[in-house]
Amino acid sequence: MEFVKLINCMRCGMCLPQCPTYKETFLETASPRGRVALVRKFEEGELEVSEKLLEYLSLCLDCQACASACPCGVNAGELVAEFRCERKSEQGLGTMESLVLRKLLPHPDRLEAATAPLRLYQASGLQKTVRALGLLKMFPSSLQRMEGLLPALPKAPLRQTIEEVTPARGTEKGTVGFFLGCVMSLIFSEASLATVALLSAVGYRVITPKTQKCCGAPNMLGHDMDGLKDAARFNTDLFNSFEVDTVVTDCGGCGAELKKYGHHLAGDPEAERFSSKIRDISQILAAESETLQTMLKPLPVAVTYHDACHIAHCQGIRSEPRQLLGLIPQLDYRELPEADACCGSAGTYNIEKPEMSDRVLSRKVENIRKTGAQYLVTGNPGCLLQLKKALSEQLPEVKVIHLTELLQMSVDGRY
Amino acid sequence: MDKQLIKSLAQVVGEQYTLADRESLACYGYDSTPELESRPGVVVLPGNQEEIGKVLALCHGAGVRVTPRGSGTNLSGGSISFDGGVILQTSRLNRIIEIDEENLTATVEPGVVTSALHREVEAKGLFYPPDPGSMNISTMGGNVAENSGGLRGLKYGVTADYVMGLKTFLADGELLKTGGKVVKDVAGYNLNQLLVSSEGTLGVFSEITVKLIPKPQCKKTMLVHFPQLEQAALTVSQIIAARIIPATLEFLDRVTIKCVEDYAHVGLPLDVDAVLLIEVDGHPAVVEEEAAGIRAICERQGCSFFQTAATADEALKLATARRVALSALARLRPTTILEDATVPRSAIAPMVKLIQETARKYDLTIGTFGHAGDGNLHPTCLTDERNRDEIERAHRAFAEIFEATIAMGGTITGEHGVGVAKKKYLPLLVGNAGLRVMRGIKGALDPNGILNPGKIF
Repeated sequence: MEFVKLINCMRCGMCLPQCPTYKETFLETASPRGRVALVRKFEEGELEVSEKLLEYLSLCLDCQACASACPCGVNAGELVAEFRCERKSEQGLGTMESLVLRKLLPHPDRLEAATAPLRLYQASGLQKTVRALGLLKMFPSSLQRMEGLLPALPKAPLRQTIEEVTPARGTEKGTVGFFLGCVMSLIFSEASLATVALLSAVGYRVITPKTQKCCGAPNMLGHDMDGLKDAARFNTDLFNSFEVDTVVTDCGGCGAELKKYGHHLAGDPEAERFSSKIRDISQILAAESETLQTMLKPLPVAVTYHDACHIAHCQGIRSEPRQLLGLIPQLDYRELPEADACCGSAGTYNIEKPEMSDRVLSRKVENIRKTGAQYLVTGNPGCLLQLKKALSEQLPEVKVIHLTELLQMSVDGRY
Repeated sequence: MDKQLIKSLAQVVGEQYTLADRESLACYGYDSTPELESRPGVVVLPGNQEEIGKVLALCHGAGVRVTPRGSGTNLSGGSISFDGGVILQTSRLNRIIEIDEENLTATVEPGVVTSALHREVEAKGLFYPPDPGSMNISTMGGNVAENSGGLRGLKYGVTADYVMGLKTFLADGELLKTGGKVVKDVAGYNLNQLLVSSEGTLGVFSEITVKLIPKPQCKKTMLVHFPQLEQAALTVSQIIAARIIPATLEFLDRVTIKCVEDYAHVGLPLDVDAVLLIEVDGHPAVVEEEAAGIRAICERQGCSFFQTAATADEALKLATARRVALSALARLRPTTILEDATVPRSAIAPMVKLIQETARKYDLTIGTFGHAGDGNLHPTCLTDERNRDEIERAHRAFAEIFEATIAMGGTITGEHGVGVAKKKYLPLLVGNAGLRVMRGIKGALDPNGILNPGKIF
């Protein structure tokens, strides 16, 4: 770890009011400033790795709201993640971690095969029976939470059904690559279909390489830097082999990770070149506002927007999604209070830290309730999973959808 | 720290809010003051007002020292416990108890965050003006204890000007009520004002009643560049002499301008000595007239650029340079020493010159920005705590700057407090008589000296 990154923190406390866990606890140990202090004291030899130290650091959602607020450019979330990665590389991966991060995620075929039973579980009606009988109570609570998060799956993963090349409609403006995220492909294939359709509609030919692999973000969450670097090298080579200046993604998490390949593979100009090509779908579509606007039909519904951490804090994209919503005729846009506060999903945080995740989520749900919106729009699958489940239970009148799905609804004129 | 005392404290505030593990204590050894750090013995976070009194009574009985703390944004080491004592954090007491629209007062608990109060009262068309730079996280308890200022000080005054009533737990845990909602109150000593800026050495606030005023109907934002420092300083004096009191009259010097431009690319020229950000607020007609008056004065002084914001968005854009000043400076080097030397308005130009000369003499980078309207400057030294030689030079430079401040009729601290960081300069400013009176007051209210010992004097 670069020590100077730690001493750059001037302890002004500007990060505290932005940190979801500080807002819930008021504890310095649960604040970004406190976490930087803990890591620094470890590096200085004043503290050793203890259960308490790891417990305090593990409460970090890594939402990076602190980085957005920091006057000195310190990224506490990233520093904590880096610290945890370093400890992990000393210990090595566990059997289960190694199975998922090394044997499953980097192989889309295996990943899809592994989720097939889930599809069967839902299609056969078994899920309904299991839920009705309360059979899940027999399983560990983390498994229960995972099962609860699972929405209805599409018939097949999008990666299998999508064409590798989707032609532009009308005059072709250029070609873009499409990075299809695992969760988008496996669960939110409708949204990614809409993404590709919108890109084609505004005049782009879209290449979706079938051999692309997971972006590596789960490896980062599992503190597996080697696995992450493997993914980065593979995807860099794959996409750089196509003649495209832009690679689009509609997954906030993937976008944030892909933009960091240049950092992860420091010194590799190819990785830097790849990272510089990455755009969130909202960035591309906002730049094509004029063309897009002519296709949009009225959508007289009340809509609010949740800033995914991976989009707002990690990529600094805030105005483009709002600009796009503003294009839709008759749409009643309502700004969400604390719109860029984490929803508590945070990768696997909602499984690992259920209690704090629920507290952070409750605050989000209350803010959504205040808007009176009929649709909650966001741009990241983790948030979609988390908020779909929460709102179906607590605010069933609010539908949770991806930005491109809403735009496609407007193009189709259906609501 | 005595185990039995920790147990008793836990019985009062709960196990969960009594922190004594190494890791927690390490996180409560600092506030926002550079270079100062010392671990407390235990940290407690009371959950209601009575618990504050009980914690103090316990500590008083045990002869253990207590340092009150809000969000830990103090800039003079005031919220650090230097003798392994108790940190009493008030953040959980964060209720806005009442906004009284008939008497125009707000009553809050000490842990309420300043900007949260702003939001609540402004939603009702009211206004609580004090706006310290840390207002998004600083607490009202801390603001009263430090008498915080902010950008609006020139026209609207500082925290002290708004405190009407206080409930304060004294060192032994007894509750003292002072003032209230009445505008006129001459019953006995003005204890409210004694407790304001007492830096946690006389008592711990449990309830604060502040005055509110009607929210100004509109405001106008202007950004002005001056080739010469003197032109900017003269402009400030002449605006005031023309009987115009802007709500904001902020200043950036050449070093700060360069840092801001490098960082935010807002289009500031690099060949000017000073930039002023000016805001007037109030009745639309008055605002128009005052803005026109200010423009005439700036032009007469030879400003090289004058822009008035036409929309709220544009106003935000114009204010960017000032808003990001601290960020822009702080990013340059790892360690940022932010001071608050304050001189009479008329001495702004010589003061800024002196700061720049001192920086040159000690081979330091010091950017100065701040509240030109009220003479409260923030010379900000950019350094690296690992470079002991440079840090030493910074200390010597600031010692000279503070002595000059006093000689010009100013003060060593306009809004950050004395704490421990400015302790050695206080005698120069207040003299023997000042110290004797302060020590007398401290002895009368806290005879055992358990409240935030070692601070101020």
